[in-house]
Amino acid sequence: MPFELETAPHPEKLKRVAIEPVSRVEGHGKVTILLDDANKVQQVRLHIVEFRGFEKFIEGRPYWEVPVMVQRLCGICPVSHHLAASKAMDQIVGATLTPTAEKIRRLMHYGQILQSHALHFFHLSSPDLLFGFGSDVATRNIVGVAAAQPEIAKMGVLLRKYGQEVIRMTAGKRVHGTGSIPGGVNKSLYAEERAALLKDIYQMVAWSRDAVQMIKGLFEQNLEQYNAFGRFAAHGMGLVRADGAMDLYHGGLRARRADGSTLFDHFDYGRYWDVITEDVKSWSYMKFPFFNALKNSDEGWYRVGPLTRVTQSDFIPTPLADKERQEFLAFDNGSATGATLGYHWARMIEMLHAAESIKDLLHDDDISGRELMATGQRQERGVGVIEAPRGTLIHHYRVDENDQVIRANLIVSTTHNNQAMNEAIRVVAKQYLDGKELTEGLLNHIEVAIRCFDPCLSCATHALGQMPLDVELVAADGTTLDRVLRDMHGVCLRDSPPA
Amino acid sequence: MSEKTKLRVATTSLAGCFGCHMSFLDIDERLLDLLELVEFDRSPITDIKHCGPCDLGIIEGGVCNAENVHVLREFRKNCKILVAMGACAVNGGLPAQRNHLDLRDILEAVYETEGGLARGVHIPNDPELPLPLNKVHPIHEVVKVDYFLPGCPPPADAIWKFLTDLLAGRTPHLGHGLLHYD
Ligand code: SF4
Repeated sequence: MPFELETAPHPEKLKRVAIEPVSRVEGHGKVTILLDDANKVQQVRLHIVEFRGFEKFIEGRPYWEVPVMVQRLCGICPVSHHLAASKAMDQIVGATLTPTAEKIRRLMHYGQILQSHALHFFHLSSPDLLFGFGSDVATRNIVGVAAAQPEIAKMGVLLRKYGQEVIRMTAGKRVHGTGSIPGGVNKSLYAEERAALLKDIYQMVAWSRDAVQMIKGLFEQNLEQYNAFGRFAAHGMGLVRADGAMDLYHGGLRARRADGSTLFDHFDYGRYWDVITEDVKSWSYMKFPFFNALKNSDEGWYRVGPLTRVTQSDFIPTPLADKERQEFLAFDNGSATGATLGYHWARMIEMLHAAESIKDLLHDDDISGRELMATGQRQERGVGVIEAPRGTLIHHYRVDENDQVIRANLIVSTTHNNQAMNEAIRVVAKQYLDGKELTEGLLNHIEVAIRCFDPCLSCATHALGQMPLDVELVAADGTTLDRVLRDMHGVCLRDSPPA
Repeated sequence: MSEKTKLRVATTSLAGCFGCHMSFLDIDERLLDLLELVEFDRSPITDIKHCGPCDLGIIEGGVCNAENVHVLREFRKNCKILVAMGACAVNGGLPAQRNHLDLRDILEAVYETEGGLARGVHIPNDPELPLPLNKVHPIHEVVKVDYFLPGCPPPADAIWKFLTDLLAGRTPHLGHGLLHYD
């Protein structure tokens, strides 16, 4: 069964509105909306408009270059690509990591989760949540937050800074570091570095708790709206540890249907292709993955990321975050666990988990150990999977006897959420846009839904191409009937219809 | 400080990875000071969708499709000073590694012939998707560029030095330690 509102039967008779680029997200995308004469929404699509072809030009490169090279897919979560590729290359070199190497990598990863979640929540999404989804475009940004609520902006900036510092000390550079290598890492932490990080970590844990309270408070104040906004049911997937705990660095794949029943559990990701296939649609460079067991992309699509991880894992192995998880699950009889805006709440619980995990690792002497590298029996194939800030990230390589990569396949987090994001914006279009005169504020509701997923459209373009709001109503004969633009000051303008 | 004296700045990412923008945010608390001195026009952190008249335009990423060309020209037209930030804008960067491959071949491999794809799929071709260019180009091949900031990404301190020099009316000068290419 095709999706409601995915494809209008007679698009040529409809008016077109485009949100281009989608802003306050990472990467490039646009949304098109087709409306009939009564402004009833007939079709809504999120397009990924850029294509880069990474998978192809990685071919022929020596395998040890790959963990550094693939980071350039995405400067927002470079560490995720750095580590997923390293995990795949660990298999190529046949290595089992030393405790020091694994803990340094985990530290790097938790630093990444902390900085990315802080950036997404404070810098990009908080203006919608604090000022309202349809608030003034001139101040609906981090600059507006800094003016109205400076302590919140400062908290966001400093949380992100801390995460970036953890990355710098473990990877060598804040963006595109080189710390992780096939079989291990190239440095551990010096005593001064540990001391510097330890000094501030308690403040980071405290601020992360405040952030969870902040989003919880917003849910309490706007209960009905937050619960209903862009809500839809979906299957979900993520990594869990052998004992069912949340583990963002390593584990087996767990998938549950929308009704909560298990589809597969502790599945070895080294054979991910046995459970996932990718579909392609003509109107987006981003693919549409689905569970093989559910036959096709219409039935088998799913979502990944914070909401799925927090609800599908049996517990979180750090105490403060686990307590928040339980409150999240119990809140209003569990309503938030299926809410699209529940992503933000789950994201802040994960940020707290990351801060607590960093604190624990900083007290572990292994992070200053000297055993950095391991090797073993050379293999031909490696699959590395990690829970990146936005969800499950899959890197898959084959390397020949000349050490050159002969095949690469990447399924990035945002791609798994492709259908879910399309679903969310169609629900929002029906809830808020149907039959209305479109305004800038109404259109921002669409983007608010997209931002819940923290999409990294930059990663999603790995395949080659880009995201900018211009809404146009085009008549059947191709003439423009109406056009709404956000101008350079973000002001919504309406062109008068041509004669 | 009155609005009028603030420097108006627009930034965008073309065929880049946003890492240069991340490095910009890596000025950390100095960002809050900067907001006293500049205001942002189109940028990934605002909802302004088109660049208007600005003092400074900062471009991340090279040019890989028709839409990039359009946005870049809009920036050049509106910005008194245009800066190429980072390796991708300066020389194409990593995305330009596709330049020795045939675009059609890559698209076919990624969307039609690779393993793990559903049956009968085709290269996306909807008119909503901007046409990819055969090659990825550095931005100076398309418009005149006033300054180049090297690095992948340029360090936050280099971006800060550049901006503070410009704000103070000095010729931007990175000097030792800030000019590197990794
Ligand atoms: S120069 Fe480097 S950091 Fe900047 S956009 Fe290009 S790849 Fe990303």
